[in-house]
Amino acid sequence: MLREVSAVFIGSYTLMLIVGLLRLSQGPAAYESFLNAVQSTAGVTLSLISFIFALYHSVTWFGVTPKAMPLRMGGKAVPPAIIVGAHWLVWAIASLLILLWVGV
Amino acid sequence: MASSNKPVVWALFAAGGTLAAFVLPAIIFSLTLGVGLGWIPLESLSYERTVAGLQSPFAKLAVIAVVVLILWHAAHRLRITAHDLGVYADGLVMLICYGIAALGSIAAFIVLLGL
Amino acid sequence: MRQAFRQLEVLRYDPDTDSAPHFQTYEVPCQDDWVVLDAINYVKENLDRTLSYRWSCHMAVCGSCGLVVNGESVLACHAFLRDYPEKIRVEPLGNFPIERDLVVMIDDFVEKLRTVKPYIVSKKERAIEFGETLQSPEKLAAYKQYADCINCLLCYSACPQYGLNDNFVGPAALALAHRYNLDSRDVGRSARADVVASNPGIWECSFVGACSEVCPKNVDPAASIQQMKIAITADYFMRLLMPWRKP
Repeated sequence: MLREVSAVFIGSYTLMLIVGLLRLSQGPAAYESFLNAVQSTAGVTLSLISFIFALYHSVTWFGVTPKAMPLRMGGKAVPPAIIVGAHWLVWAIASLLILLWVGV
Repeated sequence: MASSNKPVVWALFAAGGTLAAFVLPAIIFSLTLGVGLGWIPLESLSYERTVAGLQSPFAKLAVIAVVVLILWHAAHRLRITAHDLGVYADGLVMLICYGIAALGSIAAFIVLLGL
Repeated sequence: MRQAFRQLEVLRYDPDTDSAPHFQTYEVPCQDDWVVLDAINYVKENLDRTLSYRWSCHMAVCGSCGLVVNGESVLACHAFLRDYPEKIRVEPLGNFPIERDLVVMIDDFVEKLRTVKPYIVSKKERAIEFGETLQSPEKLAAYKQYADCINCLLCYSACPQYGLNDNFVGPAALALAHRYNLDSRDVGRSARADVVASNPGIWECSFVGACSEVCPKNVDPAASIQQMKIAITADYFMRLLMPWRKP
C-alpha cells in the first residue's frame, strides 16, 4: 500500500511543479506568491513528505530491478547488490548534476 | 496476437517510474525542499534566473520529459490501485487519471513554449 | 517430546448436505515438532474420518497439501505448529471453488497451464536415434529456478489479481512459460505469446509480489512475469519500428 501512496505524492508534487510553471508564465508577482507558498509551513511539510516518498520510490524501484532485469555474465548471475549499487551510483551522479544545474 | 496497447501503456509507466527514481528526490530537494528549509538561497529560484534557465531547448525537453513521464507513471499506478480497491468503473477511472495527467502535460507544454 | 492441546478450526463443506461452508473445531493433542498436516492427520485418524483433504509426500515436493492457515497460503506439511498460536484456522486454498472440505477444484489452473505450452517447442523434431540434446550447466542455470515449480498453487491462492479476475493466467502458469522461453532448446516464445502477452496474461499482473512471498520453492513467479513484461514490450516496439525483422 505504501507503494500506491507514494504514487499519490509523486503525482501531486509534479502537478505542483506545473502550477509553479503556470505562475512563472503569469509574471514575477504571481511567481513570487508561488515561492512564498513553497516556503510556508504547509509547503515545506508537503515537500518533505513528497521527498520521503520519492526516496522510498527510488529505494523500492532500484530494489526490484535485479528481479525484473537479471543480468548474467560469464554464465553466472550478477549479484543483485551490484545491480542495485550501480543504480544508486547513477542516481548520485544525476542528483549532483541536477543540484548543480539548479544552482545550489 | 491478442494483446492491445498494453506494452505502450506499460512502457510509459516503467519509463516514468525509472525517471522518477533517478531524478525526483534531487528535483524535490533542489526546487522546493531546500528553499523551504533555507538550505538553498532563494536567489537560485528567482524569476529571472528560472526563466533564463528554461530558455534552452534542452531544458524545455528535460522538463517536458519529467512532467509527462512521471505524471503518466503516477496516473497509471493510481488507475491500477483503483481497480485493486474494487472500483470497477475502469473507463471512468482511466478518464480521470490519464485525463489529469494529459491536462498537466499540456499545460506544461504550453507554458514552456511561451517562455 | 512435549505435547499440548491445540484448537484446530477447520472449514467443512459437504456439497450434498451443506448450504454453505462452516467451521468445525477440534481439540488436537500436538507434539511440538509437528506441522499442520500432522494435526490434520490426527483429526482424520482419531476424531473425524469424514474430513477430506489432499496430501502426499509430507516433505514439500509434491505440492498436494496447499491450504490457507491463519490467513496465509502455506503447504500444510511445511507449516510448523511452533510458528502458530494455540488456535489455528485451516481453510482450503483461496480463489478456487471448494469441492469438499479442504479440497478445491484446480481445473482452471490445469487448463491455463495447457495453454502456455509447457514443453520444449523444437525447431526440428529429432528422432530418438539422434540421441540427446546437449545443454551446458550455464544454459541450465538460466532457467532452472523457474523449473522448480511444484504446482502447489499457493501463488494463485495469494494473488489478489487472480482473486479479482479469474481470467488471469496466473503466476505459476506464467512462470512455467518463462521457464520454457529461457530454455536454450526451445523456440516457442512467439507461439506462447498469444496467451502470455494477452491482456489476461502478464498484463493483469500489478507486481504485488504475494506469489513470490508464498512460494515454497523460491520460483519467484513475480520476477518471471516482470521479465516477460520487459521482453514482450521490447518485442512490441521492435516489431513496430522494424517490421521486417523476424520474431
